[in-house]
Amino acid sequence: MLALVSQFVIGAADLGAAFLFMFGLKRMSSPATAPSGIRVAGLGMIAAVLASFLYLFTVDAAARPHMLVNIGLAVTALLIGGVGAWLVGRKVAMTAMPQMVAIYNGMGGGAAGAIAAVELFGGHTQGATQMVVTLLGGLIGAVSLSGSVIAWAKLDGVIKKPLRVNGQQFANAAVMVATLAVAGVIVASSLGVGGLWLTTPTWIWIFFACAVVFGILMTLPIGGADMPVVISIYNAFTGLAVGLEGFVLQNPALMIAGMVVGAAGLLLTVIMAKAMNRSIANVLFTNFGAVAKAKPGAIEGSERPTEASDAAIKMRYASSVIIVPGYGLAAAHAQQKLYEFVKLLLAAKVSVKFAIHPVAGRMPGQMDVLLAEAGVPYDMIFQLEDINDDFATTDVALVIGANDVVNPAARSDKSSPIFGMPILNADKAKQVYVVKRGQGKGYSGIVNALFYSPNCNMVYGDAQAVLVKMIEAVRGLGRAAA
Amino acid sequence: MSFGITMTGFVALYVFMLAAFAGWVIIGNVPAILHTPLMSGSNFVHGIVVVGGLFALFNASTHLEQAIGFFAVLLGAGNAAGGYAVTDRMLAMFKRSDAEPKRAHHHARVHHLKKG
Repeated sequence: MLALVSQFVIGAADLGAAFLFMFGLKRMSSPATAPSGIRVAGLGMIAAVLASFLYLFTVDAAARPHMLVNIGLAVTALLIGGVGAWLVGRKVAMTAMPQMVAIYNGMGGGAAGAIAAVELFGGHTQGATQMVVTLLGGLIGAVSLSGSVIAWAKLDGVIKKPLRVNGQQFANAAVMVATLAVAGVIVASSLGVGGLWLTTPTWIWIFFACAVVFGILMTLPIGGADMPVVISIYNAFTGLAVGLEGFVLQNPALMIAGMVVGAAGLLLTVIMAKAMNRSIANVLFTNFGAVAKAKPGAIEGSERPTEASDAAIKMRYASSVIIVPGYGLAAAHAQQKLYEFVKLLLAAKVSVKFAIHPVAGRMPGQMDVLLAEAGVPYDMIFQLEDINDDFATTDVALVIGANDVVNPAARSDKSSPIFGMPILNADKAKQVYVVKRGQGKGYSGIVNALFYSPNCNMVYGDAQAVLVKMIEAVRGLGRAAA
Repeated sequence: MSFGITMTGFVALYVFMLAAFAGWVIIGNVPAILHTPLMSGSNFVHGIVVVGGLFALFNASTHLEQAIGFFAVLLGAGNAAGGYAVTDRMLAMFKRSDAEPKRAHHHARVHHLKKG
C-alpha cells in the first residue's frame, strides 16, 4: 500500500514538474514574463526532488539494509552540492556568466554519467536495449562533463591558449573508436560472451576513462570566439544524456526535460553556427585561427588614431549614435562606464541604440546580459537584423572591443575566411570610432578593412580607461557651457 | 493496480520525439536578447537529473554504487541550484526604459510577481 501511494505521488510530482518546466521555458520568451518563468520551473524542481524521497518505500531488497546510510549520503550531497553552487551562483560577476553556465552544465552531464555508472556497476540494466541506451547516455554525459570543465578553464583564463598539435583529429578519432569498442565489449559481456581478458567492472572503468579523455581532447583545440557554439552544444549533450538515463530509470520527467533541453541546445547551436557562416563540424573539428593567419594584409593605407575626448565630443554633438559592443567590453568590465557615458549622450538629446551581433562575446546573448546588468533598458538593445539598415543613416558608430563582427571583408572579400558571415554594417555610418586595446589583430587574426576605411578612427586603450576619458570630456563641456 | 511506469521501445521514442519538438518550438520563440538566460534556464531544467541520482543512490547496495550515487546527487544538486541562482539573477536585470513611471499600471503585475 505504501509503495503504491509512493508511486502515485512520485508520478504526479514528476508530471507536474515536467509541465512546469515547459510552461516556465515558454514564459521566458519575453523579458517581461521571464522572471516568473524561472520561478515556476523552480517550483517544479522542488516538488520533484521532495517526492523522490518516496523512492525509499520502493527500493530493492538488496539496498534495504543500507537505507539509513543512503539517506545520509543523499541529504549530505544535496546540501553540499545545492548550497555550494547556490552561493557561488549568487555572487559571481556577470562577466563570468559563460564559465558558470559551462560548469553547471558539466555537472549535469557528470550526474547523468554517474547514474549510468551506478546502473552498469550494479547490473541493474535489463536487456541489450537498456544496456546500449545506458552506455550511450553515459558516454555523452561523461564527454559533456570533461568538455565543459575544459570550456570553463578556457573561459576563466586557467587555460590561456587553444592547444593544437598535428594529427590531433586522428588522436580524437582513435579515442572515440576505442570508447565505442569498449562499449561493445561491455554489451557482449552482458550477453554472456566469455574470454574478454578483463572483468566487466574493469571494462566499465576503461569506458568512462576513454569518454572523459575524448571530451578533453575535443575541447582543447577550440578557440575563444567559438565558445558560443561549444557551450550550446554541450548544453544539448547534457540534455540528451539526461533524457537517455531517464529512459533507463523509466522516469518520463527526466526523458521530457532532457529532450526539451537537448532540442533547445541544438537549436541554439544551429543559430550560433549560422551567425558565423560555418558548419557545426567546422567549428568543432578545424583549427580556425591557423587557417586565417595564412592571408597577408592586402589593404592599402593605415589606421588613424584619435583621442578619446575628441571622439566623445563628436558623439555629444551627433544626432544619432549606434554602439557595437564585443568581448573586449566584457573583458574590461566596462559595461557600467559605457552606460554612464550613454546617459550623458541621452541627456544631450542624442539618439543612442545598441547593436548586438549574435556571436558577440563568449556565449549566446552575453552582451545583452552585461548591458542589462549596467542598467541599459532592453528596448535600447537591437539585434543584427533589426538594426543593420539604420547604420547608413547614423552619424556615429562606436565599436567597443568587437572586431570580426564588423569586418566588411565578410561582405565583399571572397578569399576571406569569414566571407559570408552576417556582419553589423558599422562601416556604413558617417563616422566610425573603434575602441581597441592596441593595433594587434583580433582573435581570428584577420585584417579588418574597416579600420583602414576613410570614415574610421581608432581610439586605442582599455575600454574602461577610454570610457572614463570620454565621460570626463562630455562633463567638461557641460561645465564650460555653465 | 499499480502506478509504476513502464516505458518500452516505441512509447519511449514517441515521448522523446514530442519532447524534442516541444523544446524546438518553445525555444524558437525566444528573442536573441534572452539567449543567455534561456541557456542557463534550460541548463537548470536538466538539473532534474538529481532525481535520477537520488533514485540510483537509494537503490545502491555496494560501497562503489553508494560512492558514485553520492557523486551523481552532488553534481545534479549543483547543476539545479547553480543554474537557478544565475538564471534568476540575470532575468531580474532586464528592464524597459519606461519601467519606473509605468510601474503603477501594467508593470505592477510583474513587480508584484517579483516580490512573491
